Amino acid sequence: MSSWTPTAPRPAPASTVGFVAWTRANLFANKLDTALTLLAFTLVVYVVEAIFGWAIIDASFTGDDRTACLKEVQGACWPFIEAKFGQFIYGRYPDAERWRVDLVFLSGLIGLIPMLMPNVGFKRANMIYLLGFYPIFAFIMLNGGMLGLATVDTTDWGGLLVTLVVAITGIVASLPLGILLALGRRSDLPIVRALCIGFIEIFRGVPLITVLFMASVMLPLFLPDGVNFDKLVRCLIGVALFSSAYMAEVVRGGLQAIPKGQYEAAAALGLGYWKTTRLIILPQALKLVIPGIVNTFIGLFKDTTLVLIVGLFDLLGIVQLHFTDASWATPETHITGYVFAGAVFWLFCFAMSRYSIFMENHLSTDRTSS
Amino acid sequence: MQIKRLVFGALASLLLAFAPLSVGAAGNTLDVVMKRGYVQCGVSQGLPGFSNPDDKGNWTGIDVDFCKAVAAAIFGDAAKVKFTPLSAKERFTAIQSGEVDIIARNTTWSMHRDTALGVDFRAVNYYDGQGFMVRADLGVTSSTELDGATLCTNQGTTTELNAADYFRANNMQYEIVAFEKADEAVAAYNSGRCDAYTTDHSALYAQRLKLTDPQAHIVLPEIISKEPLGPAVRQGDNVWGDIIAWVHYATVAAEELGVTSKNIGSMGNSTNPSIKRLLGKDGTFGANLGIPADWAFQAVKQVGNYGEIFERNVGINTPLGIKRGYNALWTDGGLQYAPPIR
Repeated sequence: MSSWTPTAPRPAPASTVGFVAWTRANLFANKLDTALTLLAFTLVVYVVEAIFGWAIIDASFTGDDRTACLKEVQGACWPFIEAKFGQFIYGRYPDAERWRVDLVFLSGLIGLIPMLMPNVGFKRANMIYLLGFYPIFAFIMLNGGMLGLATVDTTDWGGLLVTLVVAITGIVASLPLGILLALGRRSDLPIVRALCIGFIEIFRGVPLITVLFMASVMLPLFLPDGVNFDKLVRCLIGVALFSSAYMAEVVRGGLQAIPKGQYEAAAALGLGYWKTTRLIILPQALKLVIPGIVNTFIGLFKDTTLVLIVGLFDLLGIVQLHFTDASWATPETHITGYVFAGAVFWLFCFAMSRYSIFMENHLSTDRTSS
Repeated sequence: MQIKRLVFGALASLLLAFAPLSVGAAGNTLDVVMKRGYVQCGVSQGLPGFSNPDDKGNWTGIDVDFCKAVAAAIFGDAAKVKFTPLSAKERFTAIQSGEVDIIARNTTWSMHRDTALGVDFRAVNYYDGQGFMVRADLGVTSSTELDGATLCTNQGTTTELNAADYFRANNMQYEIVAFEKADEAVAAYNSGRCDAYTTDHSALYAQRLKLTDPQAHIVLPEIISKEPLGPAVRQGDNVWGDIIAWVHYATVAAEELGVTSKNIGSMGNSTNPSIKRLLGKDGTFGANLGIPADWAFQAVKQVGNYGEIFERNVGINTPLGIKRGYNALWTDGGLQYAPPIR
């Protein structure tokens, strides 16, 4: 009978929690993983270093003209953005009148932020402010010509101002128009349906650039002498019509996803067409297509750069325009300008995208979600 | 086939129906401008030295100054002008439809444009043409020494054909590397892919500023194609066309006579009959044009003579650094020549 000997103590098992364990499980599980991790890491370091070097280490930050951006190894030419910043935001809007633009931006934010926060009350008053009062206020402030404000021609507007005016008008106009068109396309009335289908297919069938070009170049030839619409107004109408055609199809997708039972239930309750649509169908349909709607908004926001083709200078247009200023021409000027414009566009589009995700979660009454 | 013809027929009749309207837009531009109170001038969407905005967003450049001179001649105030940036595609429509009164938009005067597009060219305010840029250390001083060179240029433009013709005519070997965009072509040239970059002269100087070391590159003096750039007006309004032409000639004549924006104030007592006529002391030249007698005086005083305009916007002391070359006065071996004011 042998005596009992305890087995030698084993080392503690490898930790399965904490940073080291996580890296071992996810990054260095086997040889291939390790190789891929190292490769990706090198790539990240390389890219980050290049961007950092260009944007900060080799960049110029102060200066008054091109000589500031002509170092041996030159990165970004930030003084160019600094010198032109006012131009990029306001375009050729006169210096003395820029407070009007600021006021419009500010009053827009004051209306928009509580509107976007579901928990804040007074939605009806807020809606009236945003859709009733604000557009008129913004128009009077920006255009002037009354209340003792000097008139500022739309040809002097530019930069971010034009981008926002075109995008917001397009967004605000396209949603109601799109809903009406989508309803019309599913209507039982043949003429309404034919008109809506015709409108949608025509505007969806031509590129935005064609619509703008027609509005800007062809229209004046057909108008009698002396009758001339404002170029910006022509663009706004073109963009609104174009984007409402897209919006109509997005909304129609939502309408088609509503089960027939919903209509029948509404009918059983004695609701008419408009009440059914407003109270039962649209709230469900629109919620379903939030990603599609926001997708259209983001697309529209970026499409505003096309107004350059008709001689309006949106943010990108005015950045490109200022590349031609010989006192700032350097090898890095246009790269810096494009990076700046891209960053601003990204900021707006990313914000819209995050907000749509927030709204989706907020409105989620889904049967599928856990 | 039937349908095609029908559609074309419908389109054609539609255009015909509207044609009288666009012709009707001609009218008397001077009256319209006088009533409106300012000149509406179509410029480019940015071309260095010709029409480009400064840090404050004010338009500057040769073409811009030309429109200012017209405003000064008509209203006695160079500020009474508004600028409409036009893309290359919409420029002729804009002038036909009456949206602008002049296009001073670095537009080449060609027979096709002058005769078929409903516009009239009345003056040449910049003699441009295709040229070559090379590295200074290449030791080349003339484009006739470019035998065997590799050329960078933009695709599908006449520059490619012009270069081909020029090299063949001079019995030289060459190789063309064409790029989609000007920026790509310049970048390729900058990186040493080509020996020379070829495009219009004025653009060569502008592109040179985008190179790593602009001083290390020279623009060769030869010009191998004719690109006379000038202001254009609507066809059929000769009064307005005359004003455009003579404002340009007045700036050229002023330079020829030594009259500048600085000394014109003290020229009033000059006994030189040419200067007296230019300043409106003699003759009825302003009245003949339907504008004030001191039209040329105001244009030169407020904007400058041709030499001043050139040097201020593109001359050797600006970043562009363009020499007068063909744009020198005829007395200095250039092409700028004004018919006599008498």
